[in-house]
Amino acid sequence: MSEKDHRPLLLANALLTDPASRTQSRGGLLIAWGVIAEIGAAVTPASAGPDVEVVDCGGQVVAPGLIDMRAVTGEPGAEHRETLATASQAAAAGGVTTIVCTPETHPPIDDPAVVDFVLRRARDTAIVRIHAMAALTKGLKGQEMTEIGLLSEAGALAFTDGARSIMNARVLRRTMTYARDFDALVIHHTQDSDLAGEGVMNEGEFASRLGLPGIPVEAEAILLERDMRLVALTGARYHAATVTCRASLDILRRARAAGIAVTASTSINHVTLNENDVAGFRTFCKVSPPLRHEDDRIALVQAIKDGVVDAIVSDHNPQDVETKRQPFAESADGAIGLETMLAAGLRLVHDGSLDLVTLLRALSTRPAEILRLPGGRLEKGAPADIIVFDPDVPFVLDAARLKSRCRNSPFDGARLQGQVSRTIVGGSTVHQI
Amino acid sequence: MTKPATSYPHRHLLGIEGLTERDIVALLDEADEHIAFNRQVEKKSSALRGRTQINLFFEPSTRTQSSFELAGKRLGADVMNMSVSSSSVKKGETLIDTAITLNAMRPDVIIVRHSQAGAVHLLARKVDCAVVNAGDGAHEHPTQALLDALTIRRNKGRIAGLTVAICGDILHSRVARSNILLLGTMGAQVRLIAPSTLLPAGVERFGVSVHRNIKDGLKDADIVMMLRLQRERMAGAFIPSTKEYFRYFGLDEEKLRYAKPDALVMHPGPMNRGVEIDTAVADGAHSLIREQVEAGVAVRMAVLEALARNLPNV
Repeated sequence: MSEKDHRPLLLANALLTDPASRTQSRGGLLIAWGVIAEIGAAVTPASAGPDVEVVDCGGQVVAPGLIDMRAVTGEPGAEHRETLATASQAAAAGGVTTIVCTPETHPPIDDPAVVDFVLRRARDTAIVRIHAMAALTKGLKGQEMTEIGLLSEAGALAFTDGARSIMNARVLRRTMTYARDFDALVIHHTQDSDLAGEGVMNEGEFASRLGLPGIPVEAEAILLERDMRLVALTGARYHAATVTCRASLDILRRARAAGIAVTASTSINHVTLNENDVAGFRTFCKVSPPLRHEDDRIALVQAIKDGVVDAIVSDHNPQDVETKRQPFAESADGAIGLETMLAAGLRLVHDGSLDLVTLLRALSTRPAEILRLPGGRLEKGAPADIIVFDPDVPFVLDAARLKSRCRNSPFDGARLQGQVSRTIVGGSTVHQI
Repeated sequence: MTKPATSYPHRHLLGIEGLTERDIVALLDEADEHIAFNRQVEKKSSALRGRTQINLFFEPSTRTQSSFELAGKRLGADVMNMSVSSSSVKKGETLIDTAITLNAMRPDVIIVRHSQAGAVHLLARKVDCAVVNAGDGAHEHPTQALLDALTIRRNKGRIAGLTVAICGDILHSRVARSNILLLGTMGAQVRLIAPSTLLPAGVERFGVSVHRNIKDGLKDADIVMMLRLQRERMAGAFIPSTKEYFRYFGLDEEKLRYAKPDALVMHPGPMNRGVEIDTAVADGAHSLIREQVEAGVAVRMAVLEALARNLPNV
């Protein structure tokens, strides 16, 4: 950290938006030594000492940096798609100050040495905070549990098999049971691969019209229902990785009513797009689980509002031309999202379906709480992971100008509103326009 | 060595379940005398002269089988070893057929080991002689619990009031089940230490305390009883790896320091060094592992003698 980094920074004339306390107020925020030193209406340029760098935010929103619980980063093993460095630059540009990367690397993060490698590479090359999740099963094969204790000690923040579901209930039960002893968070993708079969998009009228094999929502719901029973049986800390349909929301509501403490996230794609976006066989909209019916999307947004869905993730999954420029059924799943998550999410604010505080809770406060990270709140002493953004600035997304190494954005060419003007991580500005 | 006929009143020894403190004490007292007897140069008695003992092992066990064999021979019995591979025969039907066939040979006592819980009880109902359970599946292994008790009593002078921590694969362990029953009957406090994947459902209701953290479980323990981890439980089935198991549940000198300074370490053997126990502990000053083997022969002699006294026509 340079001397300049030690200089206190005052963000003046801001709309201070704290999703943790659900408050918005006018004022300023003083950052010193990597944490929030002062906050409130009394924090003004006049209150600042001579050594303080003052930035006039011009009434823009100042909020906690976003915490993305689910991003594929490509390193090690797929650096041509993304590196920790390029992912972090995309994140900083999008207002994401913490990335939690999935273990879908080559080799997968199923060994303490790989966790160590990722964390060291992140420390040396990334400009935002990067945490690693480790695999739940060795080789992500769904058969044998990983060294959950040793991986936790190495720094793994949670355990997941990424976009793969553990189909063997006995294996998942034992894994959950073992994970509970270490108070480890299990994050599970719920899609019954047998029922999904050869499906490539949401099952329904639209898939039939396109002549594409469909995946019914029951593929997700059946596994989620099973998982709720296993959580009840084992007492594991469980987070449903990506719920995408109304049926899953009903299951979560019932589970919670029965006293099962589970959390869930959905992806930015599933709350802002629907199955119709694959029209014209747009492979950039081919994700897993598939984009659902508009009714499901509306239900998801409502679920974010009423807290049934806790968090929104980018599900950032960079895919290169080779894997995406294919016939729809043969192309890889996945879309990039780190850089566009906030702007896409603001669509929900602009169309009146969510207020800004609720959106930011799902993007920062709740992920921090679920992962037991210190960020996600604007208060004295909290880490100075801060974003400054104008939610109203309109722009047309040009994927060619994104910082991610891949261009598979479902929002390419989309009209969006909201741009991050400054991203601060640990008190240091890592992105600025 | 003549004993009152009431010292052990049962026809069989099928498990610790059903035994009273008095039954157990009677066997331990008798076994104590056999320890001294076995240390003599002349260690052959005629207590079981003319009796036939069949060791019927449906699964391999070098230690237990030879311990029973030696016990029988030292008491003057005619001992026959029968090893039956349970994998090559259909269970159930063959077990009963075997029992009927053996019974026709008029043995006096049959020692049975079988991979299925309850198999020994089934066989006992089909024969006229005494039956000793030498381990049935994950159910019971009563002579192991008795030899453990004898070892504890000889070193601590008592069992009541001691804190005994049993650590390892409780789920699949007949040794643990018999020990939980015996130690509870004798007034010891039993703690179980294991990852949740290796604990049976409802184990909290066994009258024990359950610990997932070995340091908590070992705190101020008088006796630390380690269990063998079977190879098939390793590598991802119930635990992630032997490396991780040793890190969190293996007994080494550092973890042993949480127990009392005079704590004693036991293991039913054979040991996986570096998996459930560190060599320094296994061979260290706290270890009773070799003493357990000696106690094993003595306990089995006591059991055989007690059962022989209860046979008809004595």
